Amino acid sequence: MRLVAEGLSAKRGEDLIFRDVSFDIGAGEALVVKGPNGSGKSTLLRVVADLLPRESGKIRLAGGETQGFDSVAGACHYLGHRNAMKRELTVEENLRFWKAFFGDSRGGTGVAIDEAADAVGLGGILHLPFGYLSAGQQRRMAMAKLLVAWRPVWILDEPTAALDASAEAMFAGLVKAHLSRGGLALAATHQPLGLGAVSELQMGGFAAIFAEAWV
Amino acid sequence: MNEQSLAIRKFSDLANPTRFLALSGAVWPWMAAATALFFAVGLYLCFATVGDYQQGETVRIMYVHVPAAWLSMMCYSVMAISALGTLVWRHPLADVSAKTAAPIGACFTFIALVTGSLWGKPMWGTWWVWDARLTSVFVLFLMYLGLIALNRAVDDPARAAKVGAILILVGFVNIPIIKFSVDWWNTLHQPASVIRLDGPAIDPEFLRPLLVMAIAFTLLFFTLHVLAMRNEILRRRVATLRRLAARSAGRGASGPATAGRGEGHP
Amino acid sequence: MRWRQSRFPRLAGRRCRQADEVRLRSYARAWKDVGMTALLLRDLKLSVRAGGGAMIGVLFFMTVVAVIPFGVGPDLNLLARIGPAILWIGALLAALLGLDRLFQAEREDGSLDLLLMQETPLVLTVLVKCLAHWLATGLPLVLASPLLSLFMNMDVSAIGATMLTLLVGTPAITFIGAAGAAIAVALPRGGLLVSILVLPLAIPVLIFGVSAVYAAIQEPAPFLPPFLFLTALTLVFAVIGPVAAAAALRASTD
Repeated sequence: MRLVAEGLSAKRGEDLIFRDVSFDIGAGEALVVKGPNGSGKSTLLRVVADLLPRESGKIRLAGGETQGFDSVAGACHYLGHRNAMKRELTVEENLRFWKAFFGDSRGGTGVAIDEAADAVGLGGILHLPFGYLSAGQQRRMAMAKLLVAWRPVWILDEPTAALDASAEAMFAGLVKAHLSRGGLALAATHQPLGLGAVSELQMGGFAAIFAEAWV
Repeated sequence: MNEQSLAIRKFSDLANPTRFLALSGAVWPWMAAATALFFAVGLYLCFATVGDYQQGETVRIMYVHVPAAWLSMMCYSVMAISALGTLVWRHPLADVSAKTAAPIGACFTFIALVTGSLWGKPMWGTWWVWDARLTSVFVLFLMYLGLIALNRAVDDPARAAKVGAILILVGFVNIPIIKFSVDWWNTLHQPASVIRLDGPAIDPEFLRPLLVMAIAFTLLFFTLHVLAMRNEILRRRVATLRRLAARSAGRGASGPATAGRGEGHP
Repeated sequence: MRWRQSRFPRLAGRRCRQADEVRLRSYARAWKDVGMTALLLRDLKLSVRAGGGAMIGVLFFMTVVAVIPFGVGPDLNLLARIGPAILWIGALLAALLGLDRLFQAEREDGSLDLLLMQETPLVLTVLVKCLAHWLATGLPLVLASPLLSLFMNMDVSAIGATMLTLLVGTPAITFIGAAGAAIAVALPRGGLLVSILVLPLAIPVLIFGVSAVYAAIQEPAPFLPPFLFLTALTLVFAVIGPVAAAAALRASTD
């Protein structure tokens, strides 16, 4: 499977954040989106996840194994700035909910909840309310959410922002394992993710004011 | 590209903001003149007719009250059509139309309420009765105010237009339900008497000035709406230019490229 | 003039080309799978945990009803006469009270993004969230109404009719309120705005609910017509509310 974007442009408010962004990610490949603050990395990722409307361009899944997917977003995991976990529920309840709610996409299965917690190095604290965890632990548990249900595409927005070096290495391992299972990853980051040789997309930042409708 | 979208494209061409400014700039003085003419004739007719033998001079309030009430509903219909334009065709002018119609509609609704109340004092002996029609108009007024509040609360105009359009359509679906339930709740008022299948029940002597005033009010609405839309377009243009200025100041001498600043734009 | 060129491919692509059977298939899948049950259970759990709004609504309901006699005086005959109306107004306000958090909480912690991305139709997700919200806040109001009816000196038939109409009518408030909550989801002071937007739309529910109760306790008027209208309203709002809410949620991502 491949994730193909052609000539994407998007705006926020009246600002055209980027234009003519194209990429093609194949199975087992990762694309790292780089650029300074405000260069539209997050916007690009949210556009790919269909969380923001695009002004022009196309995003599609190509190649084999695209049969079971009605939309690109349905084939994606999205790890945004916020963890999407409820503070009032225990970690296990959170993960169990997301596992049931996501369901597995075609072509893979997610791991069990305790295995996912072990994979992020926090096996023993599943019974605690999510709110009791430290910021770094919360982030790692949000990553465990990616493991409990299979999605071929991972969209990661600054995944390691609140993490120390060992957690970064752990996360790089998770992404590599995902890629080796034939998955794809699209990540926006400042820091190197430790994925080895990956293709990069440099965002220039602020393309233009989307002015022609009014001026 | 199939035929349908070609048709839409032509429509969009016409309704491009710049073209709209040029077109409306040429048309609005004529609309204003027609409005003034109809008002002059209408007001003359209002005072030329004799008063009702039961209601006396107060019957003349009807000539303002009925057109205002009619416009309060027509304005909402205009907003509902604009809301469809926003959601289906994603047209920027539809946003502008829906947003600027709301305060005008609220004003006409308010006029209908106040004149209804003034009329009610000599007729019913009290300023306000909870009769079906007044109550429906009052609910409509509240909905207008809610829409205006929503528009003011959302800062991004594009998003305000979208959620506003959804609210307008939800309200549009609900207005018949509200009207029906309020009628059920209270059926004290006389039945609608201007438009009936067996012909108007109202005396033709009152009908003529009423119709002229209705046309005058409708023209007034469209004139005000066109002017308000022009203002809103200019306001957005100023906002865009300010944003451009802020961006180019932050980025040194190079200056930003304006995306797709199309052919034929000043 | 790029805006106009960019609009049509999307129109053609998203609305026309997408086959209906794909959509039908995803609806069928959504009913069968466990995701919706999981969402229902999660929302119910959240509403009873610390910070959840389930009990606050009932408390508000009881407090509103309790202050009415201080306003109108302790005349038992008067209270019995206006009791059904007071209970309905109290229930209406209490049902609106927690609605603004319905989607705002999901948005604040980022869950809303993930709910939007799934292939499960968003309308169904919204419907399930409405059901959970009603079970957690609407149903307790219905269950508390007999107790408050006693304070209002209402007789048995009035209590039964009030409870029945609240049972049928409060879901309508939740459904139409969900549309308001979705429209105001991105606003910092959305709570007040939700009430302002939703209350006028909820007037028919109030009218038919209260009419049905009075029809049940006053002889000549038949109970069934207003009650059936109330039922019809709930069904209509069960469609309008989630559809509008889903559209508003899609429009307000940023």
